Amino acid sequence: MTPAAIRLTVNGRRVTSSAPPLTRLLDVLRGEWNLTGTKEGCGEGECGACTVLVDGAPVNSCLVPIAQMAGVRVTTIEGLKGKHPLQGAFVELGGAQCGICTPGMIMAAVALKSRPSTADMQAGLAGNLCRCTGYAGIYRAIRRATRSR
Amino acid sequence: MTATTKTARVFGSGIRRREDPRLLTGTARYTDDVALPGMVYAAMLRSPHAHARITRLDTSRAKQAPGVVAVFTAADTESVLKPIPCLWLVPGSDLKLSPYRPLAKDVVRYVGDAVAVVVAETSYQAYDALELIEAEYDTLPAVTDPEKATQDAAPELHEQAPGNVAFHWVVQGGDVEAAFRSAEVVVRERIVQQRLLPTAMETHSAVAHYVPVTGELTLWNSTQNPHIVRFACSVVTGIPEDRLRVIAPEVGGGFGSKIAQYPGDFVTVFCSMKLGRPVKWTETRSENYQATTHGRDHVQDVELAATRDGQITGLRCTVWAGMGAYLSTAAPGIPTILHGLMLSGPYRIPALKEDVYGVYTNATPVEAYRGAGRPEATFMLERMINRLAAEIGIDPVDVRRKNLIPPFDDGFDVVTGLKYDSGNYVGALDKVLAHVDYRALRAEQARLRQQGRYMGIGVSTYVEICGLGPSQVAGAVGFQGGLWESAIVRFHPTGKVNVFIGASPHGQGEETTFAQIVADELGVEVTDVKVVHGDTDNTPMGWGTYGSRTTAVGGAALAVATRKIKAKAMLLTGHLLEAAVEDIEYESGRFFVKGTPDRYKTIQDIALLANVAWNLPEGMEAGLEATSFYDPPNFTYPFGAHVAVVEVEPETGRVDLKRYVAVDDCGPQINPVIVEGQVHGGVVQGIGQALWEEAVYDDSGQLLTGSLADYAIPRADQLPEIEVLSTVTPSPHHPLGVKGIGEAGTIASTCTVYNAVIDALAPLKVDAIRMPLTPERVWRALQPSREGA
Repeated sequence: MTPAAIRLTVNGRRVTSSAPPLTRLLDVLRGEWNLTGTKEGCGEGECGACTVLVDGAPVNSCLVPIAQMAGVRVTTIEGLKGKHPLQGAFVELGGAQCGICTPGMIMAAVALKSRPSTADMQAGLAGNLCRCTGYAGIYRAIRRATRSR
Repeated sequence: MTATTKTARVFGSGIRRREDPRLLTGTARYTDDVALPGMVYAAMLRSPHAHARITRLDTSRAKQAPGVVAVFTAADTESVLKPIPCLWLVPGSDLKLSPYRPLAKDVVRYVGDAVAVVVAETSYQAYDALELIEAEYDTLPAVTDPEKATQDAAPELHEQAPGNVAFHWVVQGGDVEAAFRSAEVVVRERIVQQRLLPTAMETHSAVAHYVPVTGELTLWNSTQNPHIVRFACSVVTGIPEDRLRVIAPEVGGGFGSKIAQYPGDFVTVFCSMKLGRPVKWTETRSENYQATTHGRDHVQDVELAATRDGQITGLRCTVWAGMGAYLSTAAPGIPTILHGLMLSGPYRIPALKEDVYGVYTNATPVEAYRGAGRPEATFMLERMINRLAAEIGIDPVDVRRKNLIPPFDDGFDVVTGLKYDSGNYVGALDKVLAHVDYRALRAEQARLRQQGRYMGIGVSTYVEICGLGPSQVAGAVGFQGGLWESAIVRFHPTGKVNVFIGASPHGQGEETTFAQIVADELGVEVTDVKVVHGDTDNTPMGWGTYGSRTTAVGGAALAVATRKIKAKAMLLTGHLLEAAVEDIEYESGRFFVKGTPDRYKTIQDIALLANVAWNLPEGMEAGLEATSFYDPPNFTYPFGAHVAVVEVEPETGRVDLKRYVAVDDCGPQINPVIVEGQVHGGVVQGIGQALWEEAVYDDSGQLLTGSLADYAIPRADQLPEIEVLSTVTPSPHHPLGVKGIGEAGTIASTCTVYNAVIDALAPLKVDAIRMPLTPERVWRALQPSREGA
């Protein structure tokens, strides 16, 4: 049985996946479309490394089957094209070290409202873990980038 | 450090990391991002039991499953794969090695011990087929506590190691028995350095591509030391080193756990050798928690002898260090050389003795974890000093002052036999105390206590050993390798520079800081230098990135290589300007004849002229390239002083970490922004140990904290801003004076926060709580005193 094709928009391009319906969005992004910027840290929704935006909202792509993605707009780290102010601020203020959590961290931060309070940032990034930075550089960067937004 | 001269020096400036653009755009490539044509996927069947005899292992149904290419067990691998070697054979310790097989044969010894591998066309198919392997076991009694494992009734793991003792190592100096006989005060404590899960956010991963027709293997591996992987892989698989290429691409954190040589790596290589196809294996997170090495796991009985006025006279301790089921790559060196030799810390301790028992347990093998041995030593000392202070009624800061080694800049011999390079411990302590206004903090604490609030102040001073190390010493202490580092500096005709290093940074930023070294030494733009690392085919041999040694040793190799370039440039300039080389001077990228600075050659001129080689002095070889294999004359000894302020809520046991200040001295800082990031991250990891993290096994040896939902690494909303300050005491033997900063924060912060919590609870007569200091632990510790109150 051939699974039904799922049509969706990824980083502004319309794409079709014929992966089995329970394939994780994460695996389709990485395996089928070679969008390897989205990382797997735990596969159980605890670390946020696989965060992408689905219709503008942050989602753990390891928890979402492709079958649920019909018609949605997905934005991955590649979709920011390196031009988002957050990316510049992360370089400026030491937001990245080993980099594996960074794409997910940035996607979660992209979804924050403008001029977020510390509490907003903590809530918005509560699901994103970093083992290298102690979070200081990340928070500074987000503060800087969202101030100018 | 801000530049004090008019022209800002690139050495010491917080320039942006050149690693970041690729990390921030998702273009960086980690091992799991490698995809090769024809690649298949491996998944490991792991033991669900902590100790059991394998009675049946039938793979026939799994082999028939959709997409499955092969299933292998020890019966297949044992004729090819040799046991994984332990590479730190600590001498004089009666080390009992037992075979550490890539796939377990007959007996499994921890939950996660690999027993079979499935290779399939997709990773989903491989995992599905794991469930079709029929594995049956006769379970055996298990033991996971290192002290209990040495007791009479404990089950034994290896016939080679009676009583589960893998080694017994002793360090001693001075007359410790006399010190205790004549002691005015003796304080004692049992300290448990709980087992920790390193939790690099990238799990371990390998892609093996063996080409049968050439006999060549390429192995992409999430490792901290690709050259050691090549060496070990050659030993285990029999593939000659010259046919073996190991690539550490981007690596998503290691913290020591990616030093180890893993069964999964060699099994993945085996699968590719058998199938002639590229094979990828990437751990799931729960697999990572079972199969990637853990850290710490000490039970320590400690006694400190002192005078009534706080002078330390002796330290005596016994340590049971859990090794897990097998001796991992560097594991025996951690509770011995990296722990025992640092026991006197920054203090003058005239006599000490420590017995260390390395103990096999039915748990995941232990390996280096950020700090590796030094946090366990620092905690022990800092804890005992506070206990002494409480016993004799003197402020813990004053007890430290009384015992700190006075400032020295070129060598100080300590009781364990080490010679520290340089230190100003009092300077760091003064700085941190002035910054927090220690007296005011104590006054505030007194005020709050009157209101029934429990504020605590923790102060610690530390020194660590890093920059590992002279190879002669490595050999003397049983490390089965060298500890030098290498660098090649290659100038291209256009004046652009490639640097090739044997070390393997993975988040620490040496692509940037090493370019800063070259720019500073030779006057090229920092953007004209590209640093290449992580591929054994295009980098010189090196021993890897761990023990805060990349800048301390690899940076020295690079400095020496740049100076060789400079010497050649001087010779060539002298030839071209018709002057004696003694008369050539160098300043800011220009070589000129003394007294006539307007006639000069730039380093770019020299690069072109040396590369075209039209006019070289007699005997000079063409090209502008230098190689250095740098073996340091001594270790480096960074140090510092940290302060934590907490408030504890007795009703709930909740610890609120209100303030954290770190003063660290790693010598001159090449890039203070990167140093600050290392301190931030390190401090937070150490706080994690103090307050939240513990790998918990149940009585049957099941890992209860087997996922990120159960194992509590620090989250952003639990942390105050970490204030980072520094002092600068250069290492006398390092060409750049630098010492290393990767582990400092972790070494100091666990005991600083712990001492702060105990300080807060002093009015409630609580003097010890087992880590981590979770609300439940703290609350429980308070119950007897509250009932009695």
